[in-house]
Amino acid sequence: MKFAIALFSAAHAPSSRRALLFAQAALAGGHEIVRLFFYQDGVYNASAAVVTPQDEQDLPKQWRAFVTEHQLDGVVCIAAALRRGVLNAEEAQRYQREAVAVGAPWELSGLGQLHDAVQEADRLICFGGA
Amino acid sequence: MPKSLLIISRQAPWSGPNAREALDIVLAGGAFDLPIGLLFLDDGVFQLTAKQDAKALQQKDLSANLQALPMFGVEDLFVCGDSAAERGLETTGLALEEVQVLSAHDITALIDRYDQVITL
Repeated sequence: MKFAIALFSAAHAPSSRRALLFAQAALAGGHEIVRLFFYQDGVYNASAAVVTPQDEQDLPKQWRAFVTEHQLDGVVCIAAALRRGVLNAEEAQRYQREAVAVGAPWELSGLGQLHDAVQEADRLICFGGA
Repeated sequence: MPKSLLIISRQAPWSGPNAREALDIVLAGGAFDLPIGLLFLDDGVFQLTAKQDAKALQQKDLSANLQALPMFGVEDLFVCGDSAAERGLETTGLALEEVQVLSAHDITALIDRYDQVITL
């Protein structure tokens, strides 16, 4: 089955961890993930600026490793990311900000990518809230 | 035939960017001519309160964006009558005239009609 996964909660939220576990289980089960789309506070999961205490799960790091290993299409909503200060190098330059929080494997793009994934996938699975 | 998508908007308009961001998904879908529905549920019904004074909260008026929905071709607009009643909100004279009032029972059937659902 082809899954699109949308994530709306911040990196420290339990639902973000559930999203990663679901994504890992989907691939392990032989399914395809057509796209990961991070929206609202979900954009923080793509931030390399998040520092997690040593005895806690470093979710942004785990997402990076997972997306890189499986060469997934990981899209972060650009409008949601800008609003929350989660910029890549290109946007930091555009808006003359010093802080760059996002790099490979993530791509900053628009909501059209969410709709495109909805069309392509058999199922859209959303993770948000607590 | 494109897949249909229902957005269920459950957040009050001034409790953060969630209501605006839910609406942005709907408007983007409308811009792509996709079959999109929007349901205001729970505290989301407060988005439909008429004559809100956003300036008093130093916010931008969300109801202006709501008025753009029909222009973006989004005509499947629904509000949960039970959510409105629980919050003492009349379903006449709402900020969005085109909205259809549904009961909790109707909503079950509504969700069933859509291929995909996003709840925010």
